[in-house]
Formats: sequence, C-alpha cells, structure tokens
Amino acid sequence: MHKIILILKREYSTRVQKKSFIVLTLLMPILMASLMILPAYFASMDDKETRTIAVYDGSAIFLGRMESTEFTKFRFIPQDEYNKVKENVKGSKYYALLIINPNFVTTNSVQIISGSNIPYDLKSQIKDKIQSVIEKDKMADVIKQTAIPDLEKRIEATRVRINVETIKVGESGEAKKSSTEIGMVVGYVFGFLIYMFIFIYGGMVMQGVMEEKQSRIVEVIISSVKPFQLMMGKIVGIALVGLTQFAIWVLLGFIILSASRSFYPGASHAQQAQDIMAQNQEIVQQVNPQQVDQMQEVFSLIGTINFPLIICCFFFFFIGGYLLYSSMFAAVGSAIDTQEDAQQFMLPIMLPIILSIMVMMSAIKSPEGPVAFWFSIIPFTSPVVMMARIPFGVPNWQLALSMFLMVITFVGMVWVSSKIYRTGILMYGKKPSWKEIGKWLMYKS
Amino acid sequence: MELFSAREVSKTYASHQALTKVSISVEQGTIFGLLGPNGAGKTTLIRIINQITAPDSGTIWLNGHPLNSDDVYKIGYLPEERGLYKKMKVGEQALYLGQLKGLSRRDAMKELKIWFEKFEITAWWDKKAMELSKGMQQKVQFICSVLHRPSLLIFDEPFSGFDPINADIITREILQMKKEGATIIFSTHNMESVEQLCDHIALIDRSKKILDGATQQIREKYKSNIYDINYRGEFDIQNHEMARKYNILSDHKNGNVNKLSIQYLDGSSSRELIRDLVEHVEIVSFNEVIPSMNEVFIKVVKQNA
Repeated sequence: MHKIILILKREYSTRVQKKSFIVLTLLMPILMASLMILPAYFASMDDKETRTIAVYDGSAIFLGRMESTEFTKFRFIPQDEYNKVKENVKGSKYYALLIINPNFVTTNSVQIISGSNIPYDLKSQIKDKIQSVIEKDKMADVIKQTAIPDLEKRIEATRVRINVETIKVGESGEAKKSSTEIGMVVGYVFGFLIYMFIFIYGGMVMQGVMEEKQSRIVEVIISSVKPFQLMMGKIVGIALVGLTQFAIWVLLGFIILSASRSFYPGASHAQQAQDIMAQNQEIVQQVNPQQVDQMQEVFSLIGTINFPLIICCFFFFFIGGYLLYSSMFAAVGSAIDTQEDAQQFMLPIMLPIILSIMVMMSAIKSPEGPVAFWFSIIPFTSPVVMMARIPFGVPNWQLALSMFLMVITFVGMVWVSSKIYRTGILMYGKKPSWKEIGKWLMYKS
Repeated sequence: MELFSAREVSKTYASHQALTKVSISVEQGTIFGLLGPNGAGKTTLIRIINQITAPDSGTIWLNGHPLNSDDVYKIGYLPEERGLYKKMKVGEQALYLGQLKGLSRRDAMKELKIWFEKFEITAWWDKKAMELSKGMQQKVQFICSVLHRPSLLIFDEPFSGFDPINADIITREILQMKKEGATIIFSTHNMESVEQLCDHIALIDRSKKILDGATQQIREKYKSNIYDINYRGEFDIQNHEMARKYNILSDHKNGNVNKLSIQYLDGSSSRELIRDLVEHVEIVSFNEVIPSMNEVFIKVVKQNA
C-alpha cells in the first residue's frame, strides 16, 4: 500500500505541475465562458450605424406611417427626387432606396436598392414595419365590415400559451411533479461528464503506460514494486488529476458565473426579483409577475430531482466506469510499443464508449424504453446511460443490478488487464496479436 | 559463505523453454559472471531473481532463506534495457526510485548527495533526463541501482553506453562495493571485463547451464598447449623436422628477438618442447598461452551446438 501511494504521488504531482495542465485548467473555463458570453456581447453590440432610407411610396399607403427608429431613419421622397436617386443610389445621400410600387396591394412586394449589402436585421425590420401597417389596415377593414365590437381584443384573446405539467407517479404511489426538460439537462450533463472523463483520463493512463515502456524505466520499477501496484498507482493517481481539474473548473465556474452576473444584470433579473420580493413588496409590482412565477416553478422542479442520489450514483459510476476503462487502456498501452500500433486495440474499447454516448441521447428522451434499460444494465455502457436515466427516477432493483454488474465487471477487468499488463510491459519488438495477448493471460506471474 | 543460490530453476513461456533446471551458487563478497549467447535465458534468470517473474519450478535462496517479497529491498538491479522518465527532473526521479527501494526520502536524499558529489554531477539535479546524454543517464541509472546499499547487486551489461573513462569509474565503484562486502551478479558479452572482474562464472546456452566454475580454473581447463616463445638466433623452424612434431602457429623474424607461437601435439609436453628448442636457439622467454574468456566462450558454445 505504501508503494502504491508513492507511485500515485509521482503520477499526480508530475502531471499537476505540468505547464500544459495548468494552462488548460485555467483557460478552459475562460474559453467556455467566452464561448457563452461573446455571442451575447456581440449581439448587444448591434450595429450602431445610422442609416437613412429613402422611401418612394407609389401606393400612398405608407406615407408618414414608417416610423424612424434610433438608427434607421425613413425619409419619404417625391417622384422627381426618386427619379434622381434611382439612377444613382450609391452617389446619393441615402443608404438605400425603398420602392413601394403603385400596385403594391396586389403584388405584396417591395424593392430595396442599395450600394451595399443590406444587413439581415435591417431587412427584417423594414419587412416587419410594412407587414404591421398592412395588417392594421386589413384588420380595420374587417372591423368596419363585420361591425363586431371589440373584435381586435377578441382576436388577441384567442392567443394562448399552453403549459404542460408532467407528474410522475412514484413507486410508493405518490404523485410527484417532475420536469422532463430539467431531467434531460441533468441527465445529459452527468452522462457527458463521465464520458469525457473516461475518454480524456483513460487515454492519459494509456499514454503513461506507454511512456514507461518506451523509456525502458519500467523494468527498474517493477524490480521494486509489483506490476499491479504500478498499474493501480497510475490509474488512481491520474483519476485524482482529473478530479482536481474538475474541482478547479467548478470553482472557477462559480467565480465566473457570479462575476458575469454583476456584468449582466438581466441574466439574474428573476433571481434578484425574488430576493427583493421577500424584502420589498412594492417593487415586486414593477416586475413581471409571470416571470417570477416561472422561475419559482423551475426552482421548485429542480427541488424535485433527487440530487443526493444523483451525486452518489455519479461518483459510483464515475469511479466504476473509469476503473473499467482505464484498466483496459493500461492493458493496451502495455501491449504496444508505439502510438501507431494503438489503433487496432483501441477500437474495441472506443466502440462501447461511443455507443454509450449515442444511446444516452435516446435515453434522455425515453428513459424507460428497452434500449435505455438494457444499456443502463450492461456494465460497459451503464456508467453513461444510467446517469442519463437517474434524474427521471430508476427503480431500485435496476440500479442495484446495474451497480452489482459494474463492480463484478471492473474487478474482473482490472484482474485481466493486470495480467496482460504484467507481461506486456516487458515485451518489445513486434506488435502482439490477439492470440498472443490471450496467451499472456495464462502465464504464471 | 553462500549468499545466493538458484536451485534447479525452470521456466517455460508458452512453447519456449527459457530455463531448464539451472542451478548457480554465489559466494558472498564475490563477483559472479552470468554469461551466455543472446536468448540463452540469462535475462529470464535475472528477472526471476528480481521477482519480476516467477519460476515454474525450482527455488531461489538469499541469505539462507527462500526469496520473499521483502528481499527486493536487498537487491539492486541495473537492467540491460534501462531508462529514465524523460521529462522528470533527475534528482526527483532518483529520489523516487530510492523510495521505491524502501529508503525514506531523507535517507535517499543523503545517499544521493554523496553519490552525486562522488560522480561530480550535482549540477544535473534539476535537469530533465532528456537533457542529459546517454552516458550521463547511465551514470544516474547506476546510482539509482546501488543507492539503497543492497547486499546483492545485479548488473546487466553495466558498461554499455559508457566511454572508457566512465567505464573505468564504474569498474572501480563495482570493485569498491565488492571490497565492502557486496555480492555481485554480472551479466555481459564483454569477455575482457569478465576476465578483469569475475571470480566465478556460469555459462548458460539454450536454457541450460553448460559451464560453471572459477574464472581462472576454467581458463586453465581450456588451454590448448600453446606457447609464446621469444628467442635469439637464426633458426628456420618451418623447414626443420620440428615442424612435423609441433604445430607452428606463427614465427616472426625481427632480426634481434624473434617471436614464435607454437603448439605441441598430444603425447608431447612443454619439457620436450624446451629440450628440442634449446638445441637450436637461445630462449629469452617462454610463456604458456591461457585462452581468453572470449575463446573459452566461443569454444564451449560451439561444442554445445
């Protein structure tokens, strides 16, 4: 045990001190944050160019009804100026020329002529304005013809927003409000975290094993420790590197989140409104009460998700899945001499991981279907798929069965891998065949 | 006193027989040469001694008891295929390897300081292994294998990668450790260093031990009645009747002192050879040629084939 700790310490400290680790760990949250924040920032930067658009209204419907906004000015021009501008839009003082033909009512189309590309926003702005003018006119016509009082309001009243509440009947028969959307998000996030972790850190285990083999230090080390100790020390040490990285990301995530809240008061508007509501009833009236309602709904729904269970299961499947896969990665790393030889042996390991992320996508949509069920029981895919199912509630026996199989499989896989590893690290030369690797299993230690 | 022995050790890999009932015995404070052609089974035996693999049958004894897992602390091993963590600092990895051999961090540090100063390499402490030349790395590896003052040392090709000056430094260190009571198993293809260092040798060929004994005795045993003679005087031995009685290997005329290499055939003796020669020339020196280990090695392995 003492030796495993020595090995673990080395694996951990050499990796955590690496520049690439520090840079990646610090940059990743910033990168993620900027990926989320930058689009919003750019959107808020909307183009602030003031454009004046000449409008020639042949139909005489729109005159004076196209209201200018802060950056887009509409100027109606008479026929003679229109003729001049039309000949040379580029040379005129206008950004663009909007032509509404006399027969507009029948064609329903207008033209914009400009020397430059019309931004999409501007185009839809003009379109909306024209549409709303026409709609208003038509509505007024209908009201006049039918003479139904308050028709406008009545039509308005036909628009409804439907809110579907989902209620799940638990095993004990009590009805619980649940949220499909929140379940999906939580399931997806946790399943994906496990997937990522297995991929990145399992690969790191393989690299580490290959490094020791290639540098030929491995024989010196296993003259002091058992190959199994070396393998486990490495696997656990690298797991701790990953956990450290996650912990730092979570911490930085919180810091960035709270920092960005102070930047974007809008983002935390509802939250603030809630806080204020408790203290100051008067201000609440200024806040859209519907919005506060929705946020409370979301919070209460998040409350219905069994987080202690999810966290416990997450750690279980996280550790189980990682041990299962990283021991296989270690075995592959030991069997080969160079990176190029890895392909052939990687495929059987990658397939179930990739399959599990694909099944997860369908499992979050239908968490109780047969596909989700079977893949959450089979140990090679269960870490990812089961995590996607848990937020929706999984019967205890299924969870127990899945965990039981997981434990059996990873113990078995660690055993098999350590046998391959033990022989593989001392084998140099040609790439072994599957048959040879099978033989290694039979060797006496 | 016997420090180490292997008794009837056999090991089979799949269909390949690596060792067949090999027994060796090593006296304390001696250097034991483990020789053999490539693929004979030396590395397998060495790995069994280091408990890297286990024998199929037979036992290994150290200090009067069968080898157990705590014995790894008493053994120092410099494998033929050796290396260091490329990106790890030299001092750090030497400390790590010392700790794996059971030293506390403090003791390992103390020992390392002594060795680094002795080899005048203290400046390398904070360098990464990849920044060192191959010879420099070999020095560090040598230190790592002897750091914990093991009672049994196993060196597999310790001189590969060293220039003559550094090889000499390592030779002196090995002899010094022997003087201090360490027992050394030494595997190499360099027969000159075997003659220079080994008290005792065993030769393994195709999984079996085919030769075992004190180095001097073995060489004596394989001598083949060849003599190097320096003489004065004009004598054309090639055309003399002596040429039929003896096997003349070479005869260099230098004017003053001539050199003759001659082998007497079965049934004759060195006394007869001298008697025959003194009739014609004045003998300056008369030396029996003891075969080199190289010659013994080739002869024995060829006979076994």
